[in-house]
Amino acid sequence: MSELTEQQKKDYWRYNLRLTMNLLAIGFVVAYLLSGLWAESLNEVSFLGFPLGYYMAAQGSLAIFVIEIAVYARLMNRKDLEYGIYEEAQK
Amino acid sequence: MNLRKIFTLYTVGFLGVTIILGLAEHFFDLPNRWIGWIFMGLSLGIYIVIGILTRTSDADQYYVAGRGVPAIYNGMATGSDWMSAASFISMAGTLSVQGFSGLAYVMGWTGGYLLLAVFLGPYLRQFGAYTIPDFLGARYGGNAARLVGVFAAILCSFTYLIAQVTGVGLIVSRFIGLDFNVGVFVGLIGVLFCSVLGGMRSVTWTQVAQYIILITSYLVPVVVLSWQLFSNPIPQLAYGKVLQMNNQSALAITRDPQEKATREIWKAEAAAADAKLKDPATPEAEKTKLAAAQKTAATQAKAPAASDDAKVGNYLTVPKGKGMWNFLALTFCLMVGTAGLPHILARYYTTPSVREARTSVGWSLFFIFLLYFTAPAYAAFARFSVFTKLVGQKISDLPSWVTLWKPAGLFDVVDKAGDGIIQFADFVIKSSDFVVLATPEIAGLPFVVTGLIMAGGLAAALSTADGLLLTIANGISHDLYYKVINPKATLLKRLTITKIFLIVTALISAYVATFRLAIIVELVAWAFSLAGSSFFPALVMGIWWKRTNKAGALAGMISGLAVTLFYMIGSRFYGMSWFGTATVASGVFGLPVGFLVTWVVSLLTPAPDRETQDLVISVRYPTSGSAARAINAGH
Repeated sequence: MSELTEQQKKDYWRYNLRLTMNLLAIGFVVAYLLSGLWAESLNEVSFLGFPLGYYMAAQGSLAIFVIEIAVYARLMNRKDLEYGIYEEAQK
Repeated sequence: MNLRKIFTLYTVGFLGVTIILGLAEHFFDLPNRWIGWIFMGLSLGIYIVIGILTRTSDADQYYVAGRGVPAIYNGMATGSDWMSAASFISMAGTLSVQGFSGLAYVMGWTGGYLLLAVFLGPYLRQFGAYTIPDFLGARYGGNAARLVGVFAAILCSFTYLIAQVTGVGLIVSRFIGLDFNVGVFVGLIGVLFCSVLGGMRSVTWTQVAQYIILITSYLVPVVVLSWQLFSNPIPQLAYGKVLQMNNQSALAITRDPQEKATREIWKAEAAAADAKLKDPATPEAEKTKLAAAQKTAATQAKAPAASDDAKVGNYLTVPKGKGMWNFLALTFCLMVGTAGLPHILARYYTTPSVREARTSVGWSLFFIFLLYFTAPAYAAFARFSVFTKLVGQKISDLPSWVTLWKPAGLFDVVDKAGDGIIQFADFVIKSSDFVVLATPEIAGLPFVVTGLIMAGGLAAALSTADGLLLTIANGISHDLYYKVINPKATLLKRLTITKIFLIVTALISAYVATFRLAIIVELVAWAFSLAGSSFFPALVMGIWWKRTNKAGALAGMISGLAVTLFYMIGSRFYGMSWFGTATVASGVFGLPVGFLVTWVVSLLTPAPDRETQDLVISVRYPTSGSAARAINAGH
């Protein structure tokens, strides 16, 4: 496995930072705005027989967190392959 | 045999035993107590066997399971490590009592894994230490940061451990009828067998086995109820309808004349108790009892929450103003606390690679999600069962389970109005834990389902106790003894000391648990604020900012912890209040202080040496091996 060049290191890290920030921003909106501050107005909308604000706090936000982590793992793991920095034989 | 085969066979076997017991109950009237004993004996037996099979005295195996736990199994192990007796037994009940506000727990405890996934998990794995204080020691050089880490880890873990041990005692005493104190020590045998014989390795595989039991037992009753009512095996989709039906029942109860009459009687009783309380002639000793009676009567006098429109009503009322601030603050504290609890973080040391660590956080949250996603549905079905199976029955036809549950002190059924009919106001809820524990019987499911719930609750409490116990013992033996007191200690000596501390810690926690201190439950909720304000800033900044130095981290950890503790104690005991913040959310002040102090003090003092800074940079790139080498050289 070859060492990364400085440029590659920079690109890799910038990609990671951008992904991290985006996921956190989504998480913030979901947990603190949709399921918190805005929940009352969202409750006017009905979803699967539930008021939407309640549904987001009780179920929707949880599902979104799971998806976010899965996306993070998938994208970062793919990036590692692309840059050739991953452990395969190390057990 | 490979892992998948083993655990598939195990799951099928467990379900098979449950079905056989169900048949035996149906056809041969197998007594309830026997079912309880079989479930407990069988599950404890499995954990002990796993403990013996996976015993080890290799350091890597003992501390981090040889870093060979595949992502999905580490996910299951984290799931049961994480989900405590409180998640399993109390969460659904809390949701049904607290309504919207209770959702802070659901969101905080799951959202924390997002923080863990992007900020900590993969990087800690790349660092490759043995414990969390171990990371602090390596990153910040010297023993000071390590020692503060050990102190904070014990502070967060010990009360949490006592709560688990109490949970074990409660479950065993409720279902088997053993004395609480005996139950505590029976449960400890199951915990100690695993952790003492094989450390992290045994604990990991036991936790996987425990996860399978706990999730099966949580899902079975709700799925069965959902199927009975709607022919829909997915309760999460069906319970919207249940909420609406519950609202209809609640409305009917509000208007029913006989219910009204019963509530009036309670009201009169509450007023009488109140008057007596205010009477100076009442002896002090009687007052506590009177106050409790007054509270019960006042609660019973209230009509169930319902709303006139077809919507689901008060139960869903979003808090406003200070209520909303506390809701958000608590969610925040639980999130950062989750991402800062040492017994959870240490699980990500055990995966074979950084890639697997990332995937593993995803699996962890998925497995936790399965239970949390079900909890609100569980609560709705529990309420539904009470409305439809209990309310309106003749008191003379009271099913036998009501009397059997009475000694457990979860609820009571009294005929207040003396009309021979059970009114909703006659159903006295003493602990919302009844939701998970008693719903199968209220809904008329066979006792074997209740036995299953017992096995699940036991698994939840034991698995968390395992993880916590190991965190405390490793902190003392690895970080305090080996790294600070006697760096020349042989492996044998270190492992022996770990084992001694496992047993000593377990015994102390069992001893404290026998006092049944009421404050324990409260203290557990505090652990999240404490972990969030001590570990989270030091770990995140240590990984993400190479300029963070020892002085900054130390000052940050200590000041974060101090501010949180100050507000906790001040608000709980001395009536202090900053912006009306609740005690459980104290971390909302400590955490920013921790970050700020770490930042400022780091900048005011010299930068860490070149080597440390390179180490921090190298952690960003999996396999740029210097990190793992630098740390492992110390072992």
